[in-house]
Amino acid sequence: MIRRDLVIIGAGPAGMAAAATAADLGLSVSILDEQLRAGGQIYRDVDRAAELRGDILGKDYAHGATLTAGLRSRAIDHLPGAVVWAIEEGFRVSYSIDGEAAQLSASHVLLATGALERPMPLPGWTLPGVMTAGAGQILLKQSGVLARNAVLVGSGPLLYLIAIQMIRAGTPPAAMIETQGRGDIMRAMRHLGGALRGWPYLLKGMRMLGEIARARVPRFIGAQDIRIEGDSCAEAVAFTSAGRTRRIACDTVFLHHGVVPNTQAARSLGITHAWDDAQNCFAPMLDEWGQSDVEGVFIAGDGAGIRGARAAEHAGGLAALKIAETLGHISGPDCMERAAPLRAALMHECAPRAFLDAAYPPFGEALAPADSTIVCRCEEVTAGAIRRYAGMGCLGPNQAKAFGRAGMGACQGRFCGLTVTALLAEANGRTADETGHFRIRPPLKPVTLGELAAMDEQAQDAAE
Amino acid sequence: MKTASPFLETDAGPRVDVMFEDVPLRLPEGANLAAALLAAGVQVFRHTKTTGAPRAAFCMMGACFDCLVEIDGVVRQACMIEVSDGLEISRPESAEVHNDPA
Amino acid sequence: METDYAIIGGGVVGLSLAWGLLRRGRTVTVLDGDDGSFRASRGNFGLVWVQSKGMNQPRYARWSQQSAAIWAEFAAELGSNTGQNVPLEQRGGYDLHFSEETLEAKAAQYETLKAKLGGDYPYEVLGHNALRKEEPHIGPEVVGAILHYQDGHANPLRLLMALAADVRRMGGRVLTGKTVTGVTKPDGFRVACADGTMVGAGKVILSAGLGAAEIGPRMGFRAPVRAQRGQVLITEKLPKLINRPSLIARQVDEGGIQIGATNEEVGLDDRVTQPGLSGLAARAVAAYPALAKAQLVRSWGALRVLSPDGLPIYQESATMPGAFLVTCHSGITLAAAHARLMPDWLEGSDVAPDLEVFNEDRFAVS
Repeated sequence: MIRRDLVIIGAGPAGMAAAATAADLGLSVSILDEQLRAGGQIYRDVDRAAELRGDILGKDYAHGATLTAGLRSRAIDHLPGAVVWAIEEGFRVSYSIDGEAAQLSASHVLLATGALERPMPLPGWTLPGVMTAGAGQILLKQSGVLARNAVLVGSGPLLYLIAIQMIRAGTPPAAMIETQGRGDIMRAMRHLGGALRGWPYLLKGMRMLGEIARARVPRFIGAQDIRIEGDSCAEAVAFTSAGRTRRIACDTVFLHHGVVPNTQAARSLGITHAWDDAQNCFAPMLDEWGQSDVEGVFIAGDGAGIRGARAAEHAGGLAALKIAETLGHISGPDCMERAAPLRAALMHECAPRAFLDAAYPPFGEALAPADSTIVCRCEEVTAGAIRRYAGMGCLGPNQAKAFGRAGMGACQGRFCGLTVTALLAEANGRTADETGHFRIRPPLKPVTLGELAAMDEQAQDAAE
Repeated sequence: MKTASPFLETDAGPRVDVMFEDVPLRLPEGANLAAALLAAGVQVFRHTKTTGAPRAAFCMMGACFDCLVEIDGVVRQACMIEVSDGLEISRPESAEVHNDPA
Repeated sequence: METDYAIIGGGVVGLSLAWGLLRRGRTVTVLDGDDGSFRASRGNFGLVWVQSKGMNQPRYARWSQQSAAIWAEFAAELGSNTGQNVPLEQRGGYDLHFSEETLEAKAAQYETLKAKLGGDYPYEVLGHNALRKEEPHIGPEVVGAILHYQDGHANPLRLLMALAADVRRMGGRVLTGKTVTGVTKPDGFRVACADGTMVGAGKVILSAGLGAAEIGPRMGFRAPVRAQRGQVLITEKLPKLINRPSLIARQVDEGGIQIGATNEEVGLDDRVTQPGLSGLAARAVAAYPALAKAQLVRSWGALRVLSPDGLPIYQESATMPGAFLVTCHSGITLAAAHARLMPDWLEGSDVAPDLEVFNEDRFAVS
């Protein structure tokens, strides 16, 4: 089995920055990514798309190309299309490429698996034609595909970014149905100091709103009672705003109310997580280098907590420095010295966070959906069913899973975990930490029995 | 399938022939399969095994498993596959729908 | 007394007993652990199984048969009481064999047991071709199987949920998130929990699975239970591939194929391992080659609760009469017996089943 100093999972900004830093310091590195080209989600397919669509996607996106170039220039062992399905202590990483399972081992693991869209269960959200805003971005970035007649629903800067991109591409959204209200902005003003320190972000935001206004995209603020209507696909979004009930016909609905750390791999390793009230999600407990409470496993990027793409790079660099120090490639003082500018940059990136989190909070109706709303998409379990299980003594998601199959489907709780925890916590009058989260075990992604069986044969052959 | 797709394709490039549920389609070579199917007007990728409800691509990043299709007897996420010539794609074979009262 | 019975452990054993006692008009309080407890009831294979039980103790084979025979009625009653269907299929099950020698040896053992049971042990030895008629997808490496007509499988999680619902419906009190720290018997029983909860009861049942090892000895039991890990795989939902269950694989009512299971002595470790998963996958694919393309979507490890001889332990405490230890590793198969027949034993009635072979005396060093 190939043995490395460091295995990185995820070739987004955190992973790519860590790989470059580690390689420069003489570590042997493999970076595994399930996508076929490096960039993660934020810089998805940047090597192909920056040229084609750079003007629509913006300068921030193009920056990703410097990171992908960094991977190539150092001849880092980059394994694209590698779907990691198990990480065991030692560390032994099992993955599959093109239907063939393989393993490699390393003394250190960096999880850089980024974020997922915060689940946004609304009536009708499982209909064909409903997608996450992130999906809309990916369609554009990777494939140049645009929705002709789309409504954007939710809150957060990403919604504005997508609107801008659609406007520039010639397919403006039919409407923006925004769930944050004036009260949220007022409450966010408490954090204005931080926001002003991050003034480039604010300025960018203001410019985006201006561009949206000039394109005459209808915006509805403080929307409530949102439901997606349609028989076999999305046909309209109904909602109330400013006291009026409205219905906007559409073919596509993009949902977004924030992103949350993707904790699947971390959970499968038993890493301790804690509830982050400000960001309304679970985040892994890490030290200032990104080291988790499982020795040798680091987490960097949005998977550690939502701080954005630039912060992810700095965090990736910090983790790599610490690992290099642990392996004796640099001294303690040298490590601290190299880390200092990264820490400063990281702090700078985090400055506007508190303001943004407060100004664009998650949509309350989606955090506590109505009884008839599906919360587990894979097994079609409703919010009402989860509340019923609480009434039957289910204190935590694993018992609820046993009762109703929520979390047992293919996505393994990626899109229902937070909702199930929130529903149980509310029903039982306990905190999210007390309630807990789904137990995550391999396979992190599906793997065929044939591939698994082949590994057994290899082991037997090796033993003979 | 609708004939007019709700999506606009802006990339021009060579196309190849594939089949989706026995219907021939010409999709951009090397494109993301889920994106290409959506752009070609495919609205329903699969039906859930629990209630037979229609589903299509949702997250486009390999996390939601709603874009499952069957190719060569193996069920995979369309958003993790690239278009190649001659692909024969079908909806995952549905087992009997189980309607146990929950 | 606050409650007739305090039942320590709210898994399938505890809830089945609670159900049966409530049905007889007793009052019951169940004390159950938290979301992270090991819970063999959540991680088992779901078989309602007769064959291969009690090869060295015909009484256990008979007890399993009795339970299997009344399982359908039990499930139907739960279903009609709660409106929650408990899926059950009892059309027989297989012991699959990859070698003629093991098949013949097993058949010989079954024949011996059958004689001890007065002929009531309906099984058939199927060669490969005969098996293939029953299971079109069986692989060429499977030389044959023993088909036992009294075997079947159920949905164990639905069973658990229906029991939980019906116990509550009948007025049973179920307290969750409780860790029992001590049981004393000043006059009646007093069961104390870590969070200060105190339950007074006329009788106490210890049905806490592996938890019995700790608290059992303090109640006058030997409670020689140990953990044995079983790793289990489950695939995506598939079209019908497997007609009858075996220990290697069964197709569950939801459509996925469940593949089991390892037998590992690793202490209180319920994690899964890649070698464990690979070994199980290899065996499943050998049995049903069509599974090579099936996607594994989930796996788990669960800890069996094993006595030294693998048989249940049913024991009344000598030092605390009125306290009972009820533990087994076949909680699903025996759920019906625990629900319908055990209460007579607990109540000391005339029609109590003879469960003497299951008491702890058999563990005494003579």
